Amino acid sequence: MFDISNYREALSVKDAMTYLKEDPSSMVIAGGTDVLIKVREGKLAGSSLVGIHKIDDLKGICKDANGDIHIGSLVCFTQLEEDEIIKENVDYLGKAGGTMGGPQLRNIATIGGNVCNGVTSADSGSMLVCLNANLKLSSIDGERIMPISDFYMGPGKVDLRAGELLTDIIIMKEDYEGFTGKYIKFSQRRAMDIATIGCSVMLKQKGGVITDFRLGYGVAAPTPVRCPVAEAFAVGKKATEENAKAIGEKALEDVMPRDSWRGSKAFRQQLIKELARKAIEELAGLRGGQDA
Amino acid sequence: MSFKCVNQRVIRKDIVAKVTGRARYTADRTEREMLYGALVRSKVAHGYVKSIDTSKAEQLPGVIKVVTYDDLKAIKFPTCGHPHSVIVEKRDIADKTVFTNHVRHFGDEIAGVVAVDSYTARKAAELVEVEYEKLPVYLESEEALQEGAKEIHDGSKNIVKEDEYELGSDVEPIFESADYVLEEDYDISPVKHCHLENQIAYAYQDAEQRIVVVSATQIPHIVRRILSQAFELPYSKFRIIKPYVGGGFGNKQDVVVEPQVVALSLAVGGKPVLIEYSREEQMVATRTRHAVKISLKSGFNKDGEILAQKAVIVSNGGGYAAHGHAITETMAGNFMQTYMSIKNFKSEQITTYTNLPVAGAMRAYGVPQISFAVESHLDSIAGMLQLDPAALRDINMTEDDLNNEFTGVDYSIKGLKEAIERGKERISWNEKQKAYQGQIGEKRKGVGMACFTFDSGTWPYYPELAGANITMNQDGHLYMHLGAVEIGQGSDTVFCQMAAETTGVSYDNVHINSLTDTDYSPFDTGAYGTRQTYITGQAVVKAAEIIYGKILEKAANLLDVGSEKLDVADDYVIDKASKRQLMSLADLALNTYYNEESGEVITCSVSNQVKSNSINTGVCFTEVEVDITTGKVDILDIFNIHDCGTVINPDTAEGQVHGGISMGIGYALMETMLFNKDGLPLNDNLLDYKLPTTLDHPDLGADFVETYSETGPFGAKGLSEPTTVPTAPAIRNAILNATGVKVNSLPMNPQCLFENFKDAGLI
Repeated sequence: MFDISNYREALSVKDAMTYLKEDPSSMVIAGGTDVLIKVREGKLAGSSLVGIHKIDDLKGICKDANGDIHIGSLVCFTQLEEDEIIKENVDYLGKAGGTMGGPQLRNIATIGGNVCNGVTSADSGSMLVCLNANLKLSSIDGERIMPISDFYMGPGKVDLRAGELLTDIIIMKEDYEGFTGKYIKFSQRRAMDIATIGCSVMLKQKGGVITDFRLGYGVAAPTPVRCPVAEAFAVGKKATEENAKAIGEKALEDVMPRDSWRGSKAFRQQLIKELARKAIEELAGLRGGQDA
Repeated sequence: MSFKCVNQRVIRKDIVAKVTGRARYTADRTEREMLYGALVRSKVAHGYVKSIDTSKAEQLPGVIKVVTYDDLKAIKFPTCGHPHSVIVEKRDIADKTVFTNHVRHFGDEIAGVVAVDSYTARKAAELVEVEYEKLPVYLESEEALQEGAKEIHDGSKNIVKEDEYELGSDVEPIFESADYVLEEDYDISPVKHCHLENQIAYAYQDAEQRIVVVSATQIPHIVRRILSQAFELPYSKFRIIKPYVGGGFGNKQDVVVEPQVVALSLAVGGKPVLIEYSREEQMVATRTRHAVKISLKSGFNKDGEILAQKAVIVSNGGGYAAHGHAITETMAGNFMQTYMSIKNFKSEQITTYTNLPVAGAMRAYGVPQISFAVESHLDSIAGMLQLDPAALRDINMTEDDLNNEFTGVDYSIKGLKEAIERGKERISWNEKQKAYQGQIGEKRKGVGMACFTFDSGTWPYYPELAGANITMNQDGHLYMHLGAVEIGQGSDTVFCQMAAETTGVSYDNVHINSLTDTDYSPFDTGAYGTRQTYITGQAVVKAAEIIYGKILEKAANLLDVGSEKLDVADDYVIDKASKRQLMSLADLALNTYYNEESGEVITCSVSNQVKSNSINTGVCFTEVEVDITTGKVDILDIFNIHDCGTVINPDTAEGQVHGGISMGIGYALMETMLFNKDGLPLNDNLLDYKLPTTLDHPDLGADFVETYSETGPFGAKGLSEPTTVPTAPAIRNAILNATGVKVNSLPMNPQCLFENFKDAGLI
C-alpha cells in the first residue's frame, strides 16, 4: 500500500490542467517509476496526485511541416526507441532511452517524467540538452515554450510552475539534421542501473574535419550539462584519435563532478574524458568495430 | 557404476507447483483474523535508548498493541542455526534479546507494533518516538579493538573469540631461509545473500495453546530449539511449519524474525501475527557475509616450492555473535587444506564485535574469503617467479591421501587434479596464459583460475543427525517424510531419486511434501553446510533399504519363493534371474494393508548419525576483457569443474554451479555494503547494492569429475555452497594476467580498478 492522500485520474490535457489548478499542492504522476518510489521512501508520503497516463493526446511522436520533431510527454521509452521517426532522424536519442532500467520500466516510464524528475542521471537528459530540445509547458492560464537547459534549475529542481503540465518536447530540424550521435552510459550493471556518468555526443564531419560538435553529460554536474569550451575547441579539428582524446580532456573545463559514495570525483573525471573520446572515435569511424 | 534413477536428469518434484505459480510460500498462506507486525528499529548504530514514546503510535486507528523492550523479560538467546551441543562450552553465544534498549547496529530491534494491516503497522512503527544516548560507533575491527573502546557487549573487549594453530614446523625460521618471501594484505567487503523472498514468518497459539510458527527458514527443528530458549518454554510447546521457501543462502540459517512474531502474537492473546521484512530491513537486520582482512605470508624457493605459509585473519562479526567464531575458524581450517605439500602453516584468527549489521552464514561459510586470499596469493607468487599459475599449483599439491589435522578429516584431491587438466584444455590455457602477458591498449584480455576444497556436512565440528520416514501406500507408491529442508536447492528431488534407486519403485511413484513440520517431520538439523545430499542422503538410503527388504520379505511369502531369488524393478517384484515380472507393487501393497491374516503396512523410520566427511573439490577458469580506461571488466567465459562425487541429478547440479558462479561474479566485481561514518547504510536497496543482472553474465559453464565417495550415498559428496568459492579469485587472477596489476580487495568494481590502475601507472 502507498501513502497517497488523494488521486484524480485525468482523461484529457484539459482535465489534468484543471485538476492541477484546483489543487496547487498536487503533483503529476505519469508512469510512476519515480513518484511511487519517493512515496514509498516517505519523501512524497501523503501526496495528492493527478494521474495522466491515460491521456492519449500526449502519446504521439510526429514531424511537423517544418521538419521539427514533436515528442509527447507520455511517450514511454520503449515507444521512443521503436518509433520510425526517431529511428530515422535521432536514433541516438531512442538508444539513450533504451539504456534505462529494464524492459518493464521502459514500457511504463515516460520521457516527460524523466525530464520533470530533474535528476542529473536521467538517461534522456544530456542528449535532450545536446539536441537543444524545447519544452512546451501548458496550464489553464496559457502555455510557454522554454529550452530544456533553462528548465533544469538544480538537482531534482525544474522550472515547472504550479498548475503546469509538460505536454510536448520539440526538437528543431536544424538541431538534428546532418548529425550523428552517440550516448554512452557508464554504469556498474548493464541493466537496472543509474549512470555513474552519461555522455552524449553529436557530431557533423566533412572530409575528416569536425564541422559541428555537441557534448553533454549527466552526473557531471548538478543537472545535465553541455560543454561549450570543449565544443568550441572541437569544431574545425580533424577527426583523429589524438583530437578525440584532446576534446575529452577539454571537457573537464566544462563540468563539475563531485565525490560521492557512488564514485569519486577523480573517477568521474576519468570517465568524462574517456567516454567522450570513445564516442567521438566511434562516430568518426576510428574504432574498427571495437565496442565503445 | 551404472544407475537407473540416480545420476539421471529427472525433473524436479516441485517444478509443476513453481512453474504454475501454485507453490504456496509463507506470504501465500493466511489465517483467520491475521494481524500484522512491524518493528521499531534503531536509527543509530550504537547507543542506549534514553526514552521511548509510543503514544502517537497507539492512537493511530488500526493499531492493536505496541510492545517495547520494557514489556518483555530480557531473556538472552543465541540466533545461530548450529545444532545444539550437550557440551556447554561448545554452545553458541546467547547475546540477543527480542527487543533491546542497547542498540548495537543500525536496524537493531527496539519495539514492535501489531495492527490490522501491514501498512498501518509500518506507519505506527514510524510514529514511535525514540531518543538515543549515542555511543561511539566502530565499523572496523581495528577500531573496536582499540584500548579503551566501549564494549558493545559487556565483558567482551569486543572480541567474540580468538585462537591460533600451527602445523608442521615453526614458520618464522623457514621464512628466513627461503629464497623469497611475499606478504600480502587482502581487504574483503561485506555482502548480502539477496534471496528473492525476504524474511517472513507468522505465529499463533493453536486450540491446545501450543505456539505455531510458520516461517521461511532453512532450519525448522533448530528454530524450535531456539524459541524454546528465547521464551523459556519446553520444545514441545512449539510447532514450526516451513512452507516453500524462496531461497536462503545461509541467511535463513539464523533465527531472526521468528522470536519477534512469537513475542507479538503472545502480546495479543495468541492471535496470528505476521511480519514480512522489507528489502531495506533485510539488508541491515538479518545477516551478512563477514567483512574480513587477511594477511598472508609465504616463503618459497625459486622453483615454486612453497615452504611455509602464515595467515592472520581478522573477521568483522558485527553487532551480535550469531555464528560466533565458527566462520572464522572455518577460514582457518580451510586455509591449508588444498595445498598440503606446503606442510608448514601458522594461522592466527580473531572474530570481533563491531557496529556493522550482524555477520553470519552465507554460502560457503568463510571459505570465499580465505580462498580469495590464498588463490590470489598463489598467482602473485607465480608472477614473481614468472611461473605458470597452474604449474605453481601443481607443484604444491599432492596426490597422496591427506588428513586435515585441524579438522581431522581424511581426503584426497585426485579429482581436483583431473578437473584442472580438463579446464586447462577447455579454455586453451597454455596458449592464452602466455599470449596475454604484456598487452598494451585500451582493452586487454586475461585468463585466470582458482581452486577450492570444501567439506560435505559439518562433521566433526558438529554432530550430524538426519531422519527419514518412508511408508508404502496402498498403491505401491512410496511416501517420504524428511526433516531435511527444501529451500529451492532441489534436495527433495535427489532424495526421491535415491529412494527410487534403492527400492526399485519408479521415481514418479516416490512422493514427498516440500513442507516441513516439526510435528510430523523426523529430526534433521536442516539446510546448511553442504550437508543434506551427503548426510540426509545416507538416512534416506538406509530407510529405503529397509523398505526394499520388507517388500522382498512380503513378496517371498505371497509368492512362496525365497526372497534371495527376488528383486524389484519398475514397480514390479521380479525374478532376479529371468527379470520376469512376478507381481506389481500395487498388488503387493494392497495385500499388506488388507490381508486378513497378516496385515502390516510397509513402513520404517530411521534416525541416522553420520561420523564422516567427504571433501569435495573444484576449479574455476575464466577469461576476461578489461577496459583499462574505465575499470570495467567483461567476463568472456567462465566455468567451474567440480568433483562432487557421483552427480545425483545433473540438471540440479548444473543449476547449483550456475547460481554459485553468478553469486561469485557479484562478489568479485560489484557487490558491497556501504555505510557512512555513523554506521548508517548507504545502499540498503537493490538499485544501489549492485547485484549482477542477467546481462552481466556470460553463459555459465558447469562440468564434473565424478570420483566415487566411499561414504556418500551412491558415491555422492556435497556440491551446493563451494560453487561460489573460486569465482572471485579466478577473476582477480585473470585481471592480473590481462593487466599485470594485483588487485587485493573486493569488490573489484570500476572505482577500485581505476584506483589500482592509476597506482600502477596504467592511466
